[in-house]
Parts: sequence; structure tokens; C-alpha cells
Amino acid sequence: MRDVAVVSFAQTPYKRRENTRSEVEMVMSVVAQAIADSGIPKREIGFTCSGSSDYIAGQAFAFVGAVDALGAWPPISESHVEMDGAWALYEAWVKIQCGMADAALAFAFGRSSMGTLPETLTMQLDPYTLAPLGVDAVGMAALQARAALDAGTVTEEAMAEVAVRSRRDAKANPEAQLKGDFEVEKLLAEPYWVSPLRKHDCPPISDGAAAVVIAADDVARRVHRNPAWIRAIDHRIEPHQPGIRNLTRSPSVTLAGQKTHADPAHLDVAELHAPFTHQELILRRALELGDGVRINPSGGALAANPMMVAGLARIGEAARQIWSGGARRALAHATQGHCLQQNLVCILEGN
Amino acid sequence: MSDAPSVKSIITPTRLEYEFRVGGAHAEFLASLAEGKLIGKRCPGCEKVYFPARASCPRCGIAMSESVEVSDRGTVTTFCIVRVPSENIDLKLPYCAANILLDGSDLPLIALLQECEAQDVCIGMRVQAVWKPKSEWGPTFENIRYFRPSGEPDVAAEMLGAWI
Repeated sequence: MRDVAVVSFAQTPYKRRENTRSEVEMVMSVVAQAIADSGIPKREIGFTCSGSSDYIAGQAFAFVGAVDALGAWPPISESHVEMDGAWALYEAWVKIQCGMADAALAFAFGRSSMGTLPETLTMQLDPYTLAPLGVDAVGMAALQARAALDAGTVTEEAMAEVAVRSRRDAKANPEAQLKGDFEVEKLLAEPYWVSPLRKHDCPPISDGAAAVVIAADDVARRVHRNPAWIRAIDHRIEPHQPGIRNLTRSPSVTLAGQKTHADPAHLDVAELHAPFTHQELILRRALELGDGVRINPSGGALAANPMMVAGLARIGEAARQIWSGGARRALAHATQGHCLQQNLVCILEGN
Repeated sequence: MSDAPSVKSIITPTRLEYEFRVGGAHAEFLASLAEGKLIGKRCPGCEKVYFPARASCPRCGIAMSESVEVSDRGTVTTFCIVRVPSENIDLKLPYCAANILLDGSDLPLIALLQECEAQDVCIGMRVQAVWKPKSEWGPTFENIRYFRPSGEPDVAAEMLGAWI
């Protein structure tokens, strides 16, 4: 295996509505910044991969349009995943492992505000039996939360505590969208939004883009004093039909954690991509993360949840913790699909 | 086996609504069209002018800088005679779709060429836009109904260099 590290990370400020910039304009800013900050000349970036979904913008081949932001001349080696950008980074990591590149760019973008996101996400469901029912993303998450509450694995208080901590920590994140000081008691006094979820249990709808540069071996050592080495990365998926799954648990993230040897005793920080409060509790349990691991110093997806971007941003935020010395070892997690259907775990380590 | 007829297909209607916002460069392009202007953008790197105006230079991957008004006259760089009817195109067959390099632009656009017999179209033909009446203008490229031959002398193919 080659040593591969995250050497730069750029993200837009996340907003409820990005009114003035198109996807290309957002992508151009983060790609230019990530490449500049990496210290790697653009011509040495041997592979580029993006994560996005055309359903978000409602525009066919929006992902091809984003290539306009790259300056693909002379022609570049490029790919796309209809997944969160964390999976684009995974593909880039595989390319580097195969010796097909020494440095790679992964980026992701989403402008959810142009559509009605919870309904757009209904299109992820099986088109014959579930999608026609029109159950939306918040409804799906509420089913999962209800199951976890009834199983006794989460409580509404613990869910509210996740929201309070996320929004408090987001105050230190200039790009976060939803931040501030809140109190558990006051949040629990709020009415249900989609029972048993209250508004604070749900993520904001966010527009934004992010880009990450990864590099192998001596390239990473040349350009970075303390590269965030990807010690392990793995992703696992559960069945598509939610009825088949035990929604109160996340066996796919447990397995990805095992495959990456994610040992809570050796982790300082975990950036978990949990769009809903109860999902963080399910993930923490599945990865056996105790009090010794700081969760989501960035504020996580409850502070900003740009679709297709938030998972890649978790890897970027975890890498920032390594670079700043805030963590020696960090776990980054990304999710995709309804109710944590698919999960990626990545272990980052400093020198 | 039941005697009931087998289900061969089902219909599950889906509707998603979007409010499309075009972003900075395209917004400027569309607003200018409402005033009858054709706005392109010059790349600060390769100095090429791209029309319609766009946010980035796809070749250099950098933000376009200067806005440039291009002419509504141009030159045919290549063309296609369409002889096949299409459900959503209400034009008399055959008709001509041409790549037109507007004067002042470095990127041909594909447009409809009318008022010209198919056998008379040629590479290098000079053409000009036929606009709708000003009272009907809006922020849309539909302000231009089509292009037609301008009557200027043809441009020699050698002069079109990289575009053909």
C-alpha cells in the first residue's frame, strides 16, 4: 500500500440559498483554493473525481458542467460518482493506490435550494413500492428515530444534547450555517416537526461546495509539514429496502470501523456525517465512541448539510484537526442514502 | 398460477419543481439580451472571448474577467442540413443548423439559419441575426428568431483557421 495523505481542503461558506453563484462558480473557487493550498502544481494532479447528483439542481448533466471549473486542457483524467464527494475521494485514493496518479483532486457540490430537498431525496427510494408513497427524507429519518427511541437506544434528551453541542461548536467554524447557544430544556419544549423529530433534530438545507487534494508518499511529504495520512478507508452498504434493516443499528458502519481498525482508545476526534441528531447516537454506538473522542468539532452536518458535500467536508475537517495539532488520530465518516444506508469510514493520522 | 392478467408495467407519476438560478455570468448575459445586446466574456488567461458569457474558461479553469459585446453578424464555420422531422421542431424541411462564429467571439454557437435554400449554404457564408420586434424582447436568446445570409462576400475557408 502507498502512503496517501490529505494535504489541502477548501469549502465555501454554507448558505440556505446561494443566490449569486452557479455551481461552476462555487466549484471554481474551492478547486482553485484547494490546489493553491496543496502546493502541488495543477499539472501534477493526475486524477480528478467529483461527487454530485443532477437531481439536486434538476438539470441533466450538471456534473459535466462542473468540468468547466477545472480547466481540462490539456485533457485530464476525470471521473464522477453520483455519491457524496467522500466516495469521489475514495475513488481517487484507489487510483493512487493503483499507481495511476501521485496526487488527486476530489470535489463535490450541491445547490439544494433550487429544489425541494426532502422530496428530491424521495427519488432515492425504490421506484415501484416506496417512492410512489411520497415519503420524504425527514419522514424516513423520523421512522428511524422512532424505532431507536422505542428500542431504548436513544432518548429525546440525548438527541437535543447533540443539537446543542453541534451548534455551540459550529460557532468556531466560519463556514457553518447554523450556530449559536441553545439549551436542551428549551429545545425539548419546542413542538414536534415530524414526530418524534423536532426542528433541532434535523439538518439545515445548505448550498455549497468543497474540494480536497490527496497526495502519495514523497509528494505529500514535500508539500506538507504534517500531512493527514489516510491509514485506512472502507465503505459498506446495507439493503436498499428500509424494511429489511434494523434501523436502530448501523452494522455497515460497524463493519467499516472494523475494516479500518477504528479503535476508540486511539482516536482523539471523530467527524461523523450524521444529518439527524439520533443518527449521531446510532453511529457513536456502532463505532463504540466514548467520552474520550471529541465528536464533530466543526459542528457537523447539523450545522451545515450541503448534499453530496457534507461527507467530503467531514474528511476535510478531520484533516484540519490533524494539521492544527488538535488531534493525532481522527476518524472521518460519510453517509449516503436514507437512514444511514451506506457508510464510509476513514482513519487519518499525523506524523 | 392465477388467471389474473400479469402486470406488465405500472405508472408512478413523479413531479419535482425547481427554481433555477443561473449564477453571475449567465445572469449578466440574460439581462443584456433583454436590451438587445450579446455579451460574451474574455478569459484573462488565453484571452479568448466566449459567447454566451460564462463563469469560467473551460480551457484555463479560471474565472472570466472582462465582459465583451459581440456582433450579431458572423460567419458559418460548419453546418448541417436537417431532412428528418422531429416531434418538437416545427420547421419546414429541409432546414439548416449552422455553427456561427459571431464577429468578436472565439466560440461558434449553433443556431438556425433561414431565408436560404439548403443547397446555397456554405462554410464561410456571412450571416446576421433576425431579431423579434423590440417590444417582444425579454431576457432570452429567443429574442433572435434565426440567422439569415447578410449578403456580404463569403469568407475564405483558410481564414477560418482553427474553427473548421
